[in-house]
Amino acid sequence: MTTAPASASHIAIRTENLCRHYRMGETVIRAVDGVSLEIRAGEFVALLGSSGSGKSSVLNLIAGLDRPTSGSVIVQDRDLAKLSREELAKYRLRVVGMVFQSFNLIASMTLAENVELPLRFAEVDRGKRDTLAREALERVGLRARMHHRPSELSGGEQQRAALARALINRPQLLLADEPTGNLDSHTGTEILGLVQEFNQQLGMTVVMVTHERALAERYAQRMIFLADGKLIEDRANEVAANVSPTRLGSGAQS
Amino acid sequence: MKIPDLTELALRNLRESLLRNSLTTIGISVGVASLVAMLSLGIGLQQLFSRRLAKSGLFDTVLVTSRRDMRGMSREDERNGPRPGESRVLDESVRQEMEHLPNVLEAYPDIRFVTELRYEDKPHLTTVAALPASAKSNDAFEGMQGGFFSSDTATEAILQKSFAEELLGKTPARGMDETNVADLAKPLLGKELTMRYAQRAPSAAQATPSSAGTTNPSDGDLAAASYSVISREQKLKIVGVADLDPESMRGPTRAKVFLPLQLAESLHVMQPTDLREISRAASDQPVYSSISVRVKNPAQVQSVEDAIKKMGFGTFSILDASKGLRLIFTILFAFLTIFGSLALVVASISIVNTLVMAILERRREIGIMKAIGASDGDVKKLFFAEAGSMGILGGILGVALGWTIGQVINFGINIYLRSQGFPPEHFWAVPWWLVAFAILFAFVVSLVSGLYPAGRAARLDPVQALRYE
Repeated sequence: MTTAPASASHIAIRTENLCRHYRMGETVIRAVDGVSLEIRAGEFVALLGSSGSGKSSVLNLIAGLDRPTSGSVIVQDRDLAKLSREELAKYRLRVVGMVFQSFNLIASMTLAENVELPLRFAEVDRGKRDTLAREALERVGLRARMHHRPSELSGGEQQRAALARALINRPQLLLADEPTGNLDSHTGTEILGLVQEFNQQLGMTVVMVTHERALAERYAQRMIFLADGKLIEDRANEVAANVSPTRLGSGAQS
Repeated sequence: MKIPDLTELALRNLRESLLRNSLTTIGISVGVASLVAMLSLGIGLQQLFSRRLAKSGLFDTVLVTSRRDMRGMSREDERNGPRPGESRVLDESVRQEMEHLPNVLEAYPDIRFVTELRYEDKPHLTTVAALPASAKSNDAFEGMQGGFFSSDTATEAILQKSFAEELLGKTPARGMDETNVADLAKPLLGKELTMRYAQRAPSAAQATPSSAGTTNPSDGDLAAASYSVISREQKLKIVGVADLDPESMRGPTRAKVFLPLQLAESLHVMQPTDLREISRAASDQPVYSSISVRVKNPAQVQSVEDAIKKMGFGTFSILDASKGLRLIFTILFAFLTIFGSLALVVASISIVNTLVMAILERRREIGIMKAIGASDGDVKKLFFAEAGSMGILGGILGVALGWTIGQVINFGINIYLRSQGFPPEHFWAVPWWLVAFAILFAFVVSLVSGLYPAGRAARLDPVQALRYE
């Protein structure tokens, strides 16, 4: 892993007075309203809040899926607001891996095809694509089902496949939007176990949006609470913080 | 994304909505088929005309006349050509000279005279003309009953259908069905005609030319110009009855009875030009009213015509007429292309419709692709690939369909032609360039149709697209 952060103090994501306002007729909806935060490389951060608190919007801004109305998102020294659409797509392709509540696998494709799709956009050769997709599915324990379609799998299996897809380009950031929202608690734990594994073994910085505080407390090292688009609380989580980012930096080399 | 990946994804997406995309593809193929059908009809007709005209000898023949007969083909000809008085006469030496011009296949004299023919002791007056052996391949003799002359010197005759009717007294009433040429030929073939004609024979004066250099230097020429005209008879065997008129282009001077060329020459029949040239003819050599020069290739007609004009003769070829014909075909072509393309335009609207539907349906998928790193360009290219694939598939299918339609129509019309007593024709042609053009055209049209949907898909906001259920 060459993408592992060099030190714990290295800032992976920084937002400064981040705002995202939508105009709905006459009224302006302030989905994100002046959020400033810093996330260190290798951290596992949970974004918490009730629905409509703006946590997903923050995640989309970090993912480069959306552009801020004002303020800035700086990811590894890139100011996302200043990137062109093309550069933003490259950023999503190479730097970010995403998983969603509804898995978002493409129904017409087999698992292997879904997983290797980012590699197609990256114009990786077919042979190498096959190997990487196999490896990624192996990692999430779905090697045997690589030729199945998403509809033939359980929710947990689908989310594991989505994780494999998010992993395939070896991104530094893993952004998860309610990854357990559609899963039963047992399967949810399983998935978050995998996410934690990626965080610890691969040194990926994880930002997870969730409204399940219990899960966040169990896995995240840090919890950021949002309400009405504003950051209201940002605290380290003693329970899960047993693995320090510093250890990760060297540990990820294995 | 690389082209093979794009194609693979595009084809997969097309398979996903198989019915809708098949219908669109069929729409394109119907459009292409109509285009191919229209154009191949145009090409086929043009080829048919060219073939017919080539066979008729119109396109590769230059008609040469002496300026001495005072008639130009146009007023302009009359003004610009050599003055009639200085023009040479068309005699055997000139004919040979023309035959030796480059690119000339043959030059044969036009022997033509009005005379009396007797059949079963009844006299019939008509125009008789001589045909060279090469006329055998002439289109007009295609549906002929009997056969062509057995040799170029045979004492045989071929009748035009209307003369055959006259001989049998079977002239059809106006508005009635035309008589079948086979019925006319049956009683006539192998029968004998007696042709009476005026032979031009060297006179006694020819043998003793007056002593040169006496009073008038032209005395000798004048003496040489004398000849006798003797009435003669020649028996001819009817070997053929031609259905079509081989000389329709000659208008009122067209002949109804044809003789082999060498036979006609050996008869030394008095020609109308003989009288005109009586004051000038330097020998007893016959003078021709016109000579037909056949050129190896229609493309060389112009150069041969120019060469003959330089020799001081008037010429006429169908080249000018063919220019007009080409113009007509160009216009016909443009019309056929426009009407043929209309169906393709309709098809292209259905491509737009299908792809816009696909965007709505696959909105979420587009969002996913963008979220995992697809650029606007990737999404755009994917939709283009889908449009292009439908275009190429539709194009191939359409060419096959158009070809089949053409074959069926050609077959059907040939059945009709046969039932009407015409020989079958091939007026349907799908050349390779048309196949390539049609597929390429379908491809380009589909890409243009994909322009709007692809742009729309590319601009889709991923956040909204992902929210879409």
